[in-house]
Amino acid sequence: MPAVSKGDGMRGLAVFISDIRNCKSKEAEIKRINKELANIRSKFKGDKALDGYSKKKYVCKLLFIFLLGHDIDFGHMEAVNLLSSNKYTEKQIGYLFISVLVNSNSELIRLINNAIKNDLSSRNPTFMCLALHCIANVGSREMAEAFASEIPRILVAGDTMDSVKQSAALCLLRLYKTSPDLVLMGEWTSRVVHLLNDQHMGVVTAAISLITCLSQKNPDEFKTCVSLAVSRLSRIVSSASTDLQDYTYYFVPAPWLSCKLLRLLQCYPPPEDGAVKGRLVECLETILNKAQEPPKSKKVQHSNAKNAILFEAISLIIHYDSEPNLLVRACNQLGQFLQHRETNLRYLALESMCTLASSEFSHEAVKTHIETVINALKTERDVSVRQRAADLLYAMCDRSNAKQIVAEMLSYLETADYSIREEMVLKVAILAEKYAVDYSWYVDTILNLIRIAGDYVSEEVWYRVIQIVINRDDVQGYAAKTVFEVLLHEPSKFGRWFGSVLLGRPLVQFNLLHSKFHLCSVPTRALLLSAYIKFINLFPETKATIQEVLRCDSQIRNSDVELQQRAVEYLKLSSIASTDVLATVLEEMPPFPERESSILAKLKKKKGPGAVSVTELDDSKREAGELNGGADRGPDTASTPSPSADLLGIRSAAPVGAAQTNAGSLLVDVFSDSGCSHFPFPLLPIHSLFVLLPICFHPCFVLGLSLHPCPVLWPPSSAPPSEDPAPPLSEADELLNKFVCKNNGVLFENQLLQIGIKSEYRQNLGRMYLFYGNKTSVQFASFSTTVSCPGELQLNVQSKPVEPLVEGGAQIQQVLNIECITDFCDAPLLNIKFSRYGGALQNLTLKLPVTINKFFQPTEMSSSDFFQRWKQLSQPQQEAQKIFKANHSMDTEVLKAKLLGLGTALLDNVDPNPENYVCAGVIQTKGQQIGCLLRLEPNAQAQMYRLTLRCSKDTVSKRLCELLAQQF
Amino acid sequence: MIGGLFIYNHKGEVLISRVYRDDIGRNAVDAFRVNVIHARQQVRSPVTNIARTSFFHVKRSNIWLAAVTKQNVNAAMVFEFLYKMCDVMTAYFGKISEENIKNNFVLIYELLDEILDFGYPQNSETGALKTFITQQGIKGQTKEEQSQITSQVTGQIGWRREGIKYRRNELFLDVLESVNLLMSPQGQVLSAHVSGRVVMKSYLSGMPECKFGMNDKIVIDKQGKGGASDDAGKSDLGGGSGKQSIAIDDCTFHQCVRLSKFDSERSISFIPPDGEYELMRYRTTKDIILPFRVIPLVREVGRTKLEVKVVIKSNFKPSLLAQKIEVRIPTPLNTSGVQVICMKGKAKYKASENAIVWKIKRMAGMKESQISAEIELLPTNDKKKWARPPISMNFEVPFAPSGLKVRYLKVFESKLNYSDHDVIKWVRYIGRSGIYETRC
Repeated sequence: MPAVSKGDGMRGLAVFISDIRNCKSKEAEIKRINKELANIRSKFKGDKALDGYSKKKYVCKLLFIFLLGHDIDFGHMEAVNLLSSNKYTEKQIGYLFISVLVNSNSELIRLINNAIKNDLSSRNPTFMCLALHCIANVGSREMAEAFASEIPRILVAGDTMDSVKQSAALCLLRLYKTSPDLVLMGEWTSRVVHLLNDQHMGVVTAAISLITCLSQKNPDEFKTCVSLAVSRLSRIVSSASTDLQDYTYYFVPAPWLSCKLLRLLQCYPPPEDGAVKGRLVECLETILNKAQEPPKSKKVQHSNAKNAILFEAISLIIHYDSEPNLLVRACNQLGQFLQHRETNLRYLALESMCTLASSEFSHEAVKTHIETVINALKTERDVSVRQRAADLLYAMCDRSNAKQIVAEMLSYLETADYSIREEMVLKVAILAEKYAVDYSWYVDTILNLIRIAGDYVSEEVWYRVIQIVINRDDVQGYAAKTVFEVLLHEPSKFGRWFGSVLLGRPLVQFNLLHSKFHLCSVPTRALLLSAYIKFINLFPETKATIQEVLRCDSQIRNSDVELQQRAVEYLKLSSIASTDVLATVLEEMPPFPERESSILAKLKKKKGPGAVSVTELDDSKREAGELNGGADRGPDTASTPSPSADLLGIRSAAPVGAAQTNAGSLLVDVFSDSGCSHFPFPLLPIHSLFVLLPICFHPCFVLGLSLHPCPVLWPPSSAPPSEDPAPPLSEADELLNKFVCKNNGVLFENQLLQIGIKSEYRQNLGRMYLFYGNKTSVQFASFSTTVSCPGELQLNVQSKPVEPLVEGGAQIQQVLNIECITDFCDAPLLNIKFSRYGGALQNLTLKLPVTINKFFQPTEMSSSDFFQRWKQLSQPQQEAQKIFKANHSMDTEVLKAKLLGLGTALLDNVDPNPENYVCAGVIQTKGQQIGCLLRLEPNAQAQMYRLTLRCSKDTVSKRLCELLAQQF
Repeated sequence: MIGGLFIYNHKGEVLISRVYRDDIGRNAVDAFRVNVIHARQQVRSPVTNIARTSFFHVKRSNIWLAAVTKQNVNAAMVFEFLYKMCDVMTAYFGKISEENIKNNFVLIYELLDEILDFGYPQNSETGALKTFITQQGIKGQTKEEQSQITSQVTGQIGWRREGIKYRRNELFLDVLESVNLLMSPQGQVLSAHVSGRVVMKSYLSGMPECKFGMNDKIVIDKQGKGGASDDAGKSDLGGGSGKQSIAIDDCTFHQCVRLSKFDSERSISFIPPDGEYELMRYRTTKDIILPFRVIPLVREVGRTKLEVKVVIKSNFKPSLLAQKIEVRIPTPLNTSGVQVICMKGKAKYKASENAIVWKIKRMAGMKESQISAEIELLPTNDKKKWARPPISMNFEVPFAPSGLKVRYLKVFESKLNYSDHDVIKWVRYIGRSGIYETRC
C-alpha cells in the first residue's frame, strides 16, 4: 500500500480536532463546529475549484463532525468526487465518507455505484480493495443488487491479486448474509471450492469462511469441499512449525485456518471415501498427539491457539461419533483439562464432555471422571462452571451410578446458587424417576428433595410424583407411611401430596393432618379438604369429626372463595348424598394415562429447544413406561397437555357429575335440595346433553356449581327499569366477531353477569339459548331482556320474557326463535336491564351473534361446477375482495375448522393450488336463496390473506367479506 | 425542607456537598450528574425528578447549584433560596466561578451552616451575615459585640444592627427593568411584559423609618378620590415620558417592608437594611413603552440566495440616548457567504452563532436605522425548510419602560437629629431588554 506522503498530513484537520478537544464546555464546542461548518460551506460554494487535498481535508472534517453527533447535510458531492481521484489517500477518505454517511436512497447512489464499478474494473489492486471494502461496509440490498454478479467473477478470475481475492471473498460473504437471494453461486461453485487449494493462506482463510456459510444453506453443492478441506488440513497439521512462516502463530501452524477447516467439516457427515476418511482420522490423531506434546512456549497465546484447534477437533470427533478410540482419547484429554488452572478451559472441557457423554462409545470413558466432576461441582468458584458440572453429571448418569449422582446433587442442592436451583431440582427429579430401581428409594429421594429445596420444587415435580404413586398400588403403602412419619416431625409442605394417598389409621391420621392445617398455604388447604372428604368415603367413622371441621366458621366462611366453596360443597355432599353417591363421586382416581413427563417438558422449556436431545426424550419415555408398567400407553398421548393441577377439584368432578345425571339424576337432587335450583342440566333439552360434557369444563358452569352461603337479607329493589336501552357496548362488535364461526360459548362477562350462548340453525330458522348467570351473591331484581332488530323486516326474532328475579349465583335461561326474512347486515341488539340491591339500574346492550352466515347450507360440488358458477357470478358488484394481514395463526387445521364453522362446504381438489381454500354454500332466507362461492388464498410468507367472495346478491358478498376478514 | 445542597462545576465534578437530611444519600450526587449535567439532551426544566427525589437547579456561568429533597417542598421557596445563596456568595467573593468556589470553600460551608438549618432556610441577609461570618478568621469579640450579634440574630429586626452612624446620610435608588417582547412580522404585539426591581443602597444613621411612594394606579386613584392631599409628592423625580399611573400586576417585597401596612393602606414603609438590597420586585403587562420597533423584510431569491433587510426605530423622547444596542439576525444553517451593508454601527456575520450581529453604540430617540444583507446559500440534499427563527435585540435605555415613577422616599429618624431634607437622595432608571424578539 502506498505510504502516506508528508504533504497529506492535513494540518488543518489536526488543528480543528485539537480545538474541539480543548473546548471547555459543550456550547464552546458547538460554536467551534458552527464556525468550521460555515468555513467549509464557503469553500464548497462552487465558484472556485478546490484541489484534491483540500477537498479531502474538508470531507474529513465533515466526517469528524458527523461522528461527534452533528447532522451533516452537504458535502456528499465532494466526497463522491474524491472517489474518482487517482490518489490513494483521497480515494480512501471518499470511500470512508460514503460508507459512513451515504444512505441508500440518496440520489447520489448512481454516481457512487459508477465510481465503484470503475474501481472494480481497474487493474489497480488497492483501488479494487477499497471498492470491495466499501461494498462490504455498506452491505445494503442496493449494493448487493448492483454488485452481486460482479464479485464472484473477481473472486475466481485467474489474474486477480491475492489480497483482492481475500477481500472479494469476505465481501461476498457479507452480501450473502444480508441478501442471500441475490447472491447466486451456480456456475462459480466449483471454482470457489477450489480456492481451498490456493497457494495463499490468506485467500484460503477468507474463502473458507464464505464456503462454510454457503454450504450451510446448500450442503450438496459444496460437497466436494470435504476432500479438499481434509487434504489442506493434513498439510497444515503435518507441517513443521516453521513451514508456514507468516501464518505460524506462536509455534502453531495456521491456527485460525485449522479451526475454520475443522468447523467446515462439521457441516458434513463423515466422508465416505475410505482414503479421505483415513487421512482425516490421521489428522485428528495428530492433533490429539500434538496437544499432548510439551508446550513449545510458555506464552498464553501458544496454548490458546493449540487448545482452540484441539477443542474444534474434539467437537468434530463428537460430530462424527463413529470412531470409538478417538472418542475415548478425546475424553481422556478433556479429563486433563478438568483440573486445569484456567477457568475457561475447565468450562470448555465440561461442556464438550456433556456432548461426549451422550455418545455410546465414550459414555463409559466419561464416567471415569465422575469423582472429578463431583469435586468440581462442590469446589468450583465460578457459577457457570458449576452449572456445566451439574449438566455433565446429569448427562453421564445411568442406572449404575444414579444413586451416587442423585445423592451428590441432593447434597449440593443445599448450598447451590439460587439461580440454578430450580433447574437442579428438575434434574434430580428426572434422574430419580428415570433410573429408579426400587420405589422406596424414589420416594425417599423426592421427599428429601422437597425438604431441601422446598421453594424451588415446581408444581410439575410433585404432580408427577403423585401420578406415579397413584399408578402403582405397591408404592402407595410405602409412600403413605414415609409421609406419615415425616409429617410427625416436619411442617406443612408434605400435606400437599397426602391428599391422594389414603392409608393408615383414620382418626389418628386425620388429627395429625388437621393439626397442620392452619400452617398450610391456601392451595394446600384446598387439597387437604379434598382429602377429608375422601376420608369420609373410606372411613365412615370419621364422618362426624370431619363434618364438624367443615362446618366451623373458618372453613365455611373462609375469605378465600376456593376454600369456602370446597368446604360448603363437601359438607353438603357428605350430609345429603347417600353412601352410594359418595362412593361413586369419590371413587379413587383412575390411573393417569401415560404421558410425556411434564417435568421433562419443563426442563426442555427452561433450557430452550435442542438442549435435551430427542434420544434422551425417547429414552425417558421408555424408562417411564417400565417404571409405571401397569398403565397402558395410548398411541397419541405424548401430545396431550400436562395433567390438570387439581386432583379432586371441581373441574374433574364435574364430568363425573354429568355422567351421574345421565344415569339417574341423583346429583341433581343433591343440589336442588340445597335450595338453589340453578344447576343448569335439567333445564336443558335432553338432546343437547352431549354438548354439555365439553361445556362443563368451562369456568362458567363451574361457577354455576358453586353454592354461595350468604343469605339474601335485603328485599329486592322495586324500582322498575324505565330508562331507554343503553347504546351497544364498545366491544360489542368484537364479541360478535368471536361467534361468526362458532355457535356456542360465552358471549359476555363482567363482574356481575355472565351470558352464555348456545344456538342452532336450520334453513332460514334458528334457535338460540341464552344463559344469564348471576355472578354475585346478591339477587338481581327487575331483570328483563328485550331483543330488537335494527333493519326493517329482515329478521324476525321472538323471545319469551324471563323471570324478573335472578338469585345470587343462579342462572336463568331464555330461548329465542329466529327467522331470516331476507339478507341483513346488522346484528339484532339484546338489551338487558336489572337492578342490584344497593346498586344503580344496570343497562346493557349487546349485539346478538346472529350473522348472515348462520343461515348457510353447505353445497358440495365438483371442480367444473364450481368454476362454471364462479364465472356466472362475474359481475363486478357481485364480487367482494379483501386483502388483509393475518390476525391469528395460519395453521391449516385451524383454518379448516373456521371455514367449516362458517357453515359452508369446504371443497377439496377444486383449486389448482392446494394451499388455497374454496368453499361453497347457499344462504337460506324466507324469500330467496343466495348462492355464495368463497376463495381464500393464504400467503404464509407475508402473513397475508386474499379473500374473494362471489354471491348472487351484492350486499351479501360485501357483508360476508367484512365478517370473514376479522376471522383469520 | 431541603435535604441537601450540591455545587458542581461544568464537568459535573462536585465542588460543594452539604447534606442536611438522612434521606439523601451519596448516590443523589451522581444521579444529578448523570441525568442532568451529562444528559444527552439538554435538560431545560429547572426541576428534575429522579427516583422520587427532586432536584432543583440553577446555573451561574459554568457552575450548577442543585438543591435536593425527597419531600414535597414549595419549589418557589427552594428557588428563592438558591437565588439568595447566589447573592450571598457574590456579596462575599464576587463572581461565582469554579476558581472562586474552590478558593472559598471553607467560607461556603460556613455560610451553608448558617443560612440552612436542618434544611430550613434561615436569615440570609448579607448585611447581617457579614457581621458574624467574616473572611478574616476569628476575631476576639467583646461581650457587647457578642450580645449585639445575639440580639440582632434573634431579635425582631434581623436585617439591621443598631448604632450605625454616617457623617453624610445618603440614599441611592435604582429602578431596574427588563422588557420582554414577542412581535409578529406585521408589527402586532403577541406578548409583552416588564419585570422590574427597585434596588436601594442606603447609608443612613440610626434606625430610620422610610416610606416609599410610586405612581401605583391604586394609590393614585385612592388619593384622587380622597381629594388630592399629596400634590407636592407628585413632583417628578424621574425623567421618562409622562404618564400618570401604572397598573402593577404583582409584586414582592424585601422582608423589611411591613406587609400589613401595605395590605391595609398600600403604603410601603420599612426600616432599611444597611448597604445594598432589593426593596421590591414587580411585573407589569399593560401600557408598556416599547423602546424599539424592529421591521424585518426577508426575501428568498431562488434556492441559493436570501435577502434580508431590517429597520429599527427608536420610540422614546429624542433627548434620551439608548445604549449598547445589538440586533441579532439568524441565518440559515447552509449559509455559505454573507455581505452586509448598514448605515450606522457595525455589523458582522458570526458563523459560530449562525447569526448576523449588528451593534450600535448609541442611538437617540425617534430615530431610524437600517441594515441590509445578502446571504448566499449552499444547496443541500436536505429538503427541510428553514424555520426562520425570530430576530432578537438587546439594548439599554435610561427610563423605565413600564412607566413606573418614584414619587417620594421619605426618611424619618426620631431619635437622631437629621430630617428628611438632610438626606441626599439619588434616583436612576435603567431599562434593559429581556427577550425582545420580532418574528420574520
